Amino acid sequence: MSTLSAIEILAPGAYASLQDGGRRGYRRIGVPWAGVLDPRLMRIANALVGNADSDPVIECFDGGLQVAARGAPLRVAVAGDAVIELEREGDRRALAAWRSVTLADGEILRIRRISGGRIAMLAVAGLAVPAVMGSASTYARAALGGLDGCALTKGARLAVKVANDGPERVLPHPPLADGGPIRVVPGPQADHFSAATMEAFLTGEYRVTTEADRMGVRLGGPVLDHLGAREIVSDATVPGSIQVPGKGQPIVLLADAQTAGGYPKIATVISADIPRLAACRPGQAVRFAVVSGTDGERLARMAETATRDLLASIRPLVADGVDVAALYSANLVSGVVLALTSDAGTHVTPADPDGRPNRQESPT
Amino acid sequence: MSQRTSTNLRFLDAGDAAFTVEFGVTIDPALLAAVHALDAAIARLQAKGGLPGLIETMPTFRSLTVFFDPLLTGREALIDALQALLAEAGHGEAADGLHWRLPVCYEGACGPDLGETARAIGVTEADVVTLHSATEYLVYMLGFLPGFPFMGDLPEVLRLPRRAEPRVRVPAGSVAIATGLTAIYPWESPGGWHLLGRCPVPLFDPRRASPSLLAAGDRVRFEPVSMVEFQRLERTLRAGEIDPLQWLDSAPASVAAGQAR
Repeated sequence: MSTLSAIEILAPGAYASLQDGGRRGYRRIGVPWAGVLDPRLMRIANALVGNADSDPVIECFDGGLQVAARGAPLRVAVAGDAVIELEREGDRRALAAWRSVTLADGEILRIRRISGGRIAMLAVAGLAVPAVMGSASTYARAALGGLDGCALTKGARLAVKVANDGPERVLPHPPLADGGPIRVVPGPQADHFSAATMEAFLTGEYRVTTEADRMGVRLGGPVLDHLGAREIVSDATVPGSIQVPGKGQPIVLLADAQTAGGYPKIATVISADIPRLAACRPGQAVRFAVVSGTDGERLARMAETATRDLLASIRPLVADGVDVAALYSANLVSGVVLALTSDAGTHVTPADPDGRPNRQESPT
Repeated sequence: MSQRTSTNLRFLDAGDAAFTVEFGVTIDPALLAAVHALDAAIARLQAKGGLPGLIETMPTFRSLTVFFDPLLTGREALIDALQALLAEAGHGEAADGLHWRLPVCYEGACGPDLGETARAIGVTEADVVTLHSATEYLVYMLGFLPGFPFMGDLPEVLRLPRRAEPRVRVPAGSVAIATGLTAIYPWESPGGWHLLGRCPVPLFDPRRASPSLLAAGDRVRFEPVSMVEFQRLERTLRAGEIDPLQWLDSAPASVAAGQAR
C-alpha cells in the first residue's frame, strides 16, 4: 500500500541533508566520513520509527524544515529539542519531538525552530536512499550520496519503501542539555604551542562565529600564538581536530572537513563531545577542558552506555494519546506530557499571515 | 635512513578515537616508504582478522593516522600491536605503485599562471612546460579534496611560494604547482597554487571500485597536448568512450592483473 509513497521537502530550512552513520574507509583518498553530526539523535529518531540504528535520516539546522507525506501513510519522528507543528486537515497542531507520528497523504510536518542547540534529525520509516561508496551520507563537495549528491532543496522527493505499523513510539525522558566544558585531548601538535598558550586555550572563553557548518566551527577568542612555524607538512585531520591557522583563532573540524591539513592542531575534541560543539549556535560561548586519551576512550564508552539506555527506554505510546501511568510516574515533566498528549492536545489556532501560529505549544 | 626514521618515531594523540604515528616532519621519499611499510603491514594483519576495532588508516607524507572504535579497542592495545609490526617491518619495502602518463594542455586559458610563473623564475613559457613535463613525480598522498594528489618533487627552479591571493574558483582538472609540489584539482574549488595547465582525465569517479584514479606511491608524468587534443579528450572522456586506464604507463605484475582502479 505504500510502495510508491514518498516524503517531499516543502522547505529545507537553514540547511538539511541526508546523512547516515557515515562513509568509512576512504580517508586515504581524501574522502571524509560525512555522516550525522550527532549519532545519538540519528539512533533515537530511527528507533522511534522502527528503522535500523544507522539508516539515513534528514539532518537539519536551525529549523525551517517542512516535509509532506505523498501517497502515505508515512511514519516519521524528530529527535532533537525541536518545536514541531503538524498540519492535518487544514488544522495546525503542536507536536512534541522525541516521538513518532504517522502522516496521512498530504499531511505536513514542520520544524518551526530548534529550542536547544541547532541540530535535529527527522527519521522516516523505510526511507530508501541508495548508498554511494558504502553510505547514503551527503558529501556535497564531491557530490556523493544523498539525493544527487546535494543538500535537500524544495520539491525534492525521497522514496519510502515500507511503512511501519504498530503503535507509535516515544522516548519518555529526552536527554537533557549538557552545558559543561567541551573536553579535549591535547595534540597531535600540542608541542607547537607554549605552556602559556595552552593555558590560554583551556581557561579562555571562545565564541562560535557565523562560520559554522558541517565542515567545521570557527571560534573567536584568546589568540593562540605558534611557537615556531605557522604551518606544518600536511598530516591527517580527524573529526574534532582543533586547527590553529596563522591568525591564532582555532577551527574545530567536523564530519565534512578535509582529511588532511597544514595547520598545527593544538588538541582534539573527544567524540562524545563533538555533537555538543556542532550544535553550538553562532555567538554561543564555549570553554574547553583537558582529558587524557584513555579518559576520552572511557567517556566514549560511558556515552554509548547512556545512549543504549535511552534507546532501551523507548516504548509504545499506548492508544496514541494518554498513557496515564507514564503521565503520573513522570511527575508531569513537560516533555512527557507533550509527548503523550500532543495528538489530542495543544491546538494551535490558525496562523497569522507570516505563518506564525498565534500560540506556542505549552506544557499546560 | 632507517635509523633516522626509527629514532624520530612518535605516537601522537588525536583524540579518543585516533592517533598518529609520526615518522618525521619533512617531505622525504624515505619517510613515505616507512609510512607505507607500516600501512601495508597493518593491512596484511587486518586481512588475517587482526587488529579488531581498527576502522581505517590515513597515510600522509610523513605519518600514518590510525582511526579506531573506542568501544572495541583502545590506543594502548593498538600501539602495542603496531610496535610489534614496526619491529618486523623493514623500511622502504613498500610496494611500487602504478606509473601514469597523463595528458596536460598548457595552452591559453588552460594555464592562466604559465606566463607569470615563467616571468617569476626568469625563463620562457616553453621552458616551464618542459621543466614541468620532463619530471616524473611521486604521489606522496591524497587529501584536501577527494582524489587530490600531492605530487613531488618539482625541479628546484620551479619552486614558488603559493599565490599571495588565493583564487576563489580553480577549475576542475587544473594542474598546479606550489612550493616543491605539483597537483591536479579533481574538483572546482578555491585554491592558492599556480595554475600551469589542465588535465582532461577525471581523477575521481565514485562508480569505480577504487574511486580515486591515483593512489599514494604511484608515479606520474605529464604529456603536453594541444588545445584541440585536450578538447577532443574531454569530449570523449565525458561520453565514456575512453577508459582512463589507458594512461597507465606500466604497472608491476602484482597490480596489473585486473586490479583496475
